Amino acid sequence: MSQRRERWGSRVGLVLAMAGNAVGLGNFLRFPAQAVQNGGGAFIIPYLVSFLLMGIPLLWVEWAIGRHGGKYGYHSTPGMMEVLGGGRWWKYIGVFGIFTNLTVAAYYCYLESWTLAYVWHSITGTFQGMSASEVAHFFNHYVDVNDSSLFNIPIEAIGFFLFTLVVNVWILSRGLQRGVEIASKIGMPLLILFGVFLAIRAITLHAGDQGALYDATIGLNFLWEPQFDSLTNPKVWLAAAGQIFFTLSVGMGSIHCYAAYVREQEDIALNASAAGWMNEFVEVLLGGSIVIPISVAYFGLDWVQAPGNVGLFMGFRTMPMLFQNWGPLLAALAGVMWFGLLFFAGITSSLAMGQPVMAFLQDHFGMDRPRSARTFGIAILILSSWCILFYGNGAFFEFDDWSGTFSLVLFGLLESIAFSWVFGINKGWEEITRGAEIKIPIFFKHVIKYVTPMFLLAVFLGTLINPLNGGWAMAFESLLRGNGWPLDSGSIVGKILHIGMDDTRWFVNGTPTRLFIVDATRTLLLMTFVAITIAVRVAWKRKEEQQD
Amino acid sequence: MTWSALAVMIPAWFIIIFFTVRFFLKVLRAPSKQEAEE
Repeated sequence: MSQRRERWGSRVGLVLAMAGNAVGLGNFLRFPAQAVQNGGGAFIIPYLVSFLLMGIPLLWVEWAIGRHGGKYGYHSTPGMMEVLGGGRWWKYIGVFGIFTNLTVAAYYCYLESWTLAYVWHSITGTFQGMSASEVAHFFNHYVDVNDSSLFNIPIEAIGFFLFTLVVNVWILSRGLQRGVEIASKIGMPLLILFGVFLAIRAITLHAGDQGALYDATIGLNFLWEPQFDSLTNPKVWLAAAGQIFFTLSVGMGSIHCYAAYVREQEDIALNASAAGWMNEFVEVLLGGSIVIPISVAYFGLDWVQAPGNVGLFMGFRTMPMLFQNWGPLLAALAGVMWFGLLFFAGITSSLAMGQPVMAFLQDHFGMDRPRSARTFGIAILILSSWCILFYGNGAFFEFDDWSGTFSLVLFGLLESIAFSWVFGINKGWEEITRGAEIKIPIFFKHVIKYVTPMFLLAVFLGTLINPLNGGWAMAFESLLRGNGWPLDSGSIVGKILHIGMDDTRWFVNGTPTRLFIVDATRTLLLMTFVAITIAVRVAWKRKEEQQD
Repeated sequence: MTWSALAVMIPAWFIIIFFTVRFFLKVLRAPSKQEAEE
């Protein structure tokens, strides 16, 4: 193992990098969609409860695992999990912490490059005078899904993707202090500044004002109007807990990695809390005050509530057109700010995904930082190529389902159990509170031991066997009547069983079908996981040989 | 906006702003031990 001792340059830099890791595109695009799909105001209360009982405790746990691993010279999760679990096989649980970062970065960098392209097109006035359908068509053309061909070869998108990847690799190769910290210190304040500007503009839109049909506050009201009867609906609780889990970027291994560069006696309790609450500020106050109020102002509440209208793609397919109502100058400025803030949200997250992979290569294979950054870049290039080429056949979404959802929920559950029940809550609590500059109420010790794992188990089961349309009561009723469990096509088991796929053939007239691409993507992901497991095995063999 | 929506939104916004600002100010005011040594 290399004896390099890289450290954070400043505490503010560390907290902004951690907050940047958590703040992603989901804060502005996934959160509004989840809130809308789960009844607006009904969603917020379970969301905040989940943040306090699962989000913040898991942040403390991950920071503690990371700093504890760093003490032993480990900056990636295989080594951290081994010293946490105290057994040799625990390092293989840590494979998730490399796999998730690598495979999520593969599609995330592509998504991030779209935002950069849209900043460019906002500056050059591409969207000026375009109708709603033209803006939507522009996106389809950009990712090349206009025809039914097997391959998508979007030349412009590939160009922006390569540029985005080079920027990521360049920043990562400069190191924590001169790369990640500087990027976070520039990106996060700009993101907040752009977000505040857009949020104020959004909620001050009135009916009849710049083409708006309704007051934007109707959207804000919808988001915050409490519906207490929904508090008993497990679907809403699962969606809220799931959103907290994904927004904080827990279960990935990136928080562990950043925390591993913190000294043994340094505070983690306050730092983790500062980063976590900053993420909530961006998500709830800014993320909740841009997309929904603007959409309601121009399309009305019914359109916003219709399934599929508010989501990830709305940011690209609809927002540029809505900005056109504000006049050429403000439309360009709003476009630059909207896609600029998405870009900063994206890049601060993708940098955090690169660091654990690089740390693994540096710690165990003796690579220097520039070489490990280049290796990460090449791996991303290979995996992303698959996502880009087979985007139209679902490869991109398979990566998101298996890496960006299933793997991280599973790892989050396992690490939570390992920390409280294997490492031991007493040692764990001592690890969290050592050097703490805030007093964490002792109540959280019990929350970490009992409540957080239960929340995570619920999120895991929700991901695994989510019933049709989230109808848990109906699903249990169906099961008791002997009619089986009605699985949703979006659940993990539903995906394994290919529920909802019309054509179950791999080839039609010698041409691969969508199902073939889906299964090939899953095989690619499985092979990636196996390859990382072998790399971990080889790394430990090398270590044992060096010790002998 | 309705009073019931405001009754949820204002406390939620207040709590989030309060803890975000409070914790971040603490971080700004207290440099890490490493920074202090330097």
